[in-house]
Amino acid sequence: MQSFETNKDDLIFGLSRSINVQILLAVAVILMATRPILPEAFIRLPDWAILSWDVWLSNFFNFVKDDLGLIYFTRTLTAGLENLLDVTGNLLFGKRRWPHLGPIPWTSIAAVAAVIGYWLGGWRMALLAGGTFVWTALIGQWKIAMQTMSVLAVAAPMAFFIGLFLGILAWKYDWFDKTIRPILSVLQTLPFFTYLLPAVIFFKVGPTAGAVATIVYAIPPMILMTTVGLKKVSPEIVEAGKMSGSSRWQMLRYVYIPAARTEILVGVNQVIMLCLAMVVLTAFIGMPGLGAKLLLMMNSFKLGRSFEIGITIVLLAIMLDRCTKVWVVKQPEHFEKETPWWKKNAFLLAGIGAFILFFLLAQFIQIADHITRKQDFSMGKEIDVLIKTFLDFDPIQATTTWLRWFLNVWVLIPFRNSLLWIPTPAFIILVTAFSLWLGGRRPAIYALIFFSIVALTGWWDRAVITLYTVLSAVILAMLIGIPMGISASRSEKWSNRILLVCDTAQTFPSFIYLIPAIMLFGVNDVAVVFSILIFSTVPLTRYTIEGLRTVPVEMTEAADMAGATRRQKLINVQLPLALPTMAVGFNQAIMFAFFMVIIAAFIGTQDLGQELQRTLAGTDLGKNFVLGICVSLMALTFDLAILKWAEDRKKALGL
Amino acid sequence: MKKLISLIAAGLMAIALPSKAFSSDSSDPIVIPLHNWSSQIVMSHAVGQIFESMGNNVEYVTTDSQAVYESVRLGDVTLELEVWEGAFGASFRAALEKGGLHDAGDHDAVTREDWWYPMWTKEACPGLPSWEALNDCAHLFTTAETGDKGRYLDGPVDWLKHGTERAEALGMNFVVINAGSAAALWAEIGAAEADKKPVVVFNWTPNFAEAVWPGEFVEFPAWEDGCDTDPTKGPNKEALYDCGNPAKGYLKKAAWDGMKDKWPNAYNTLTKISFTNPQIAMMAKMVDIDEMEPEDAAAAWLDANKSVWQGWTN
Repeated sequence: MQSFETNKDDLIFGLSRSINVQILLAVAVILMATRPILPEAFIRLPDWAILSWDVWLSNFFNFVKDDLGLIYFTRTLTAGLENLLDVTGNLLFGKRRWPHLGPIPWTSIAAVAAVIGYWLGGWRMALLAGGTFVWTALIGQWKIAMQTMSVLAVAAPMAFFIGLFLGILAWKYDWFDKTIRPILSVLQTLPFFTYLLPAVIFFKVGPTAGAVATIVYAIPPMILMTTVGLKKVSPEIVEAGKMSGSSRWQMLRYVYIPAARTEILVGVNQVIMLCLAMVVLTAFIGMPGLGAKLLLMMNSFKLGRSFEIGITIVLLAIMLDRCTKVWVVKQPEHFEKETPWWKKNAFLLAGIGAFILFFLLAQFIQIADHITRKQDFSMGKEIDVLIKTFLDFDPIQATTTWLRWFLNVWVLIPFRNSLLWIPTPAFIILVTAFSLWLGGRRPAIYALIFFSIVALTGWWDRAVITLYTVLSAVILAMLIGIPMGISASRSEKWSNRILLVCDTAQTFPSFIYLIPAIMLFGVNDVAVVFSILIFSTVPLTRYTIEGLRTVPVEMTEAADMAGATRRQKLINVQLPLALPTMAVGFNQAIMFAFFMVIIAAFIGTQDLGQELQRTLAGTDLGKNFVLGICVSLMALTFDLAILKWAEDRKKALGL
Repeated sequence: MKKLISLIAAGLMAIALPSKAFSSDSSDPIVIPLHNWSSQIVMSHAVGQIFESMGNNVEYVTTDSQAVYESVRLGDVTLELEVWEGAFGASFRAALEKGGLHDAGDHDAVTREDWWYPMWTKEACPGLPSWEALNDCAHLFTTAETGDKGRYLDGPVDWLKHGTERAEALGMNFVVINAGSAAALWAEIGAAEADKKPVVVFNWTPNFAEAVWPGEFVEFPAWEDGCDTDPTKGPNKEALYDCGNPAKGYLKKAAWDGMKDKWPNAYNTLTKISFTNPQIAMMAKMVDIDEMEPEDAAAAWLDANKSVWQGWTN
């Protein structure tokens, strides 16, 4: 690829980066070439060298849990959280708890949602917000959707406040920022199974554990966005606030936070999206609602109804996403001094009015209150037949049979075996060389440390299989995603269409892809790779489109004037300029793949995900944590190297 | 007149009160766990509704079917209605040893878990259900990845079904692949259904799958006690796991130790509860085939089978 100007930073032992890469590669090649005569200890770490992290950690966790009494503390928190969840549970789906008012009729909720939608973004938003709830009720999923929403309604605000608070701390105190950043990076790459088990042990099975796991999962972006927003507040605004004699609290409340409004609301958007994604996944630890129903439907092989639940989740996600995004742009309204109060609060009144109207209606008309199983419009069986007919279509069967044979026998199995064949030290050196070549010295040092830790945990073979699945899926995703992005980016219309497909594919609950994958390819690596591929293609396509469409017009015009053909323009002008953005997409694709490979344990794998899934049924926190960290460290290695490259490249291009 | 009414009311109260004192069940909710298969969910709802008809409060929580024994032990969950010998025996016994829960009696129903094939497989391999015949047909079950060996899709590794060990001990020409979940097993059968492709997978009874895909278990050398611990048991004198699984495994109920004192009436009922295989299959069918919601299915079942359960409540 591109040659870099060597700067001081890159010199290691006085040698340039490329020389160092070559030396590392040479060592790795020698190790591999001499594999037959290498002592066993150089091929795989001998047993005595493997540190029993899991036992130590288990002991440590048990000490903190029982001896220091953390469990009593968390169980007290659980009680408080449970009260909150009981309130939302009672209001939304009629759980028999205080305040014994619910369930609120579905028509009331849908009407209020439509009013809020209208206030935020006019008729279109009103239709989206109200329509989502109407769909949910008509398809017969109201109660389970409300079970999910009742947790979301508690988890999202809590994640918001905690994130905001920690974000402010990180902005105020530099040492706090420095300590919290690496923790956040690990949290963002930690597989979600690792969030689930501690949540269950410390916060009791059921909605409370689900809510806690969801909150922890959704906090990191909120912290980051808050810090970013507050740092950007311009000194003039700060001066103005100080001149009017504000106290420190007033400065924060009336100056800083309103000035950082946009970033904070972007954080809110991310919190809500992550909460929704996680709330579905917490079905694995017994959180009732859409996720649990989806799992149940999949376990009894009801494709149609699983698919319908998937649509509900997508609709909810799109609605919440769009509404909060409109909210980010919407500026606060200001009224003339003399405006009567009812005019100022017209929307609030309309909302209350609609709520009461439908609430009263529901007392007399059963359908306005709830819809029974016989009245709904679920088409589960019909969709079932449709999906099965499609999968059974001969050309499709022929294609998948061929693909299964070809990929398994000629690509995947040989690739996996060769990765497993490489001696551990050679593997670590290869990864280090890759990081050095791509990102420079710091990423290389991290790569060396991180992969050595993975080797020391003793889960090396499984870690390599995880990596092999991720790499195979991402490489295949590149073959599909990048050409798709390039051709879509040629026109505005197609760009938007493909971006919409990307949004939908990404918000679809990830484990819904597993069943079609198995039905198409059977239980084997092809199905695993296929289900990851769907998920990883999305960021590749999205960032390719974005990268190509943000190439400065002057550049493309200059190319046109120089008489470049479309192909020349693409290869020599557009792609090089878009490459840093595309690298960010590539990075996301890898992160998504690491996320999805864990879920793919559901199909049947022999990697870290399978072991992680196994730990969920027990109480072995130490093992669960070690496995999670292995995944996280591998993901971070790539993250650090690729993002560093994208950053350097952007600087070099002056973007 | 008014006086008379209040007098009658007072009299009624006097009759009602002692009987209330007699039923000394706590008003705290009895927590019933739900898992991810239909028959268990319907059965749990049915029992919950029976408890409710006796005046108890009931609450349902969804939990993992292995982790639930830890929760019952701690009292977070009050009872468990389906303890399968094969699938959960180990977790149940482990929790039993730690203390906090106990065995609350067996159902009439028996359970079986083993290698299984849908009926269309038999057309291609008429010698079934004997395992020797299956082995002779191994070529019917080959796939791209398994080369010339047949492919058997076992349950998830953590179900500890020892498929690999058995294939080895009996010298079978099969490769054992572990699925990641029950859903993966059904997807595999579902995909084979259209072309009537022969498959052999792990399955169990009672289960909804029997109603969707009729099929049979493969008959392995019959189970002998100690087949999993003593190599001399079973046909291969040098290997473990050379027998089929027990064809008549138990299906138990388990209860939290504190239940007896806190809800004595409900506990008494729990010990009497016993479902049979056809009853369980019926409940699963109402949800899986007739597409009813589990709560409705439980209510409908209770309504249609009053004679079965009313005796349990006294």
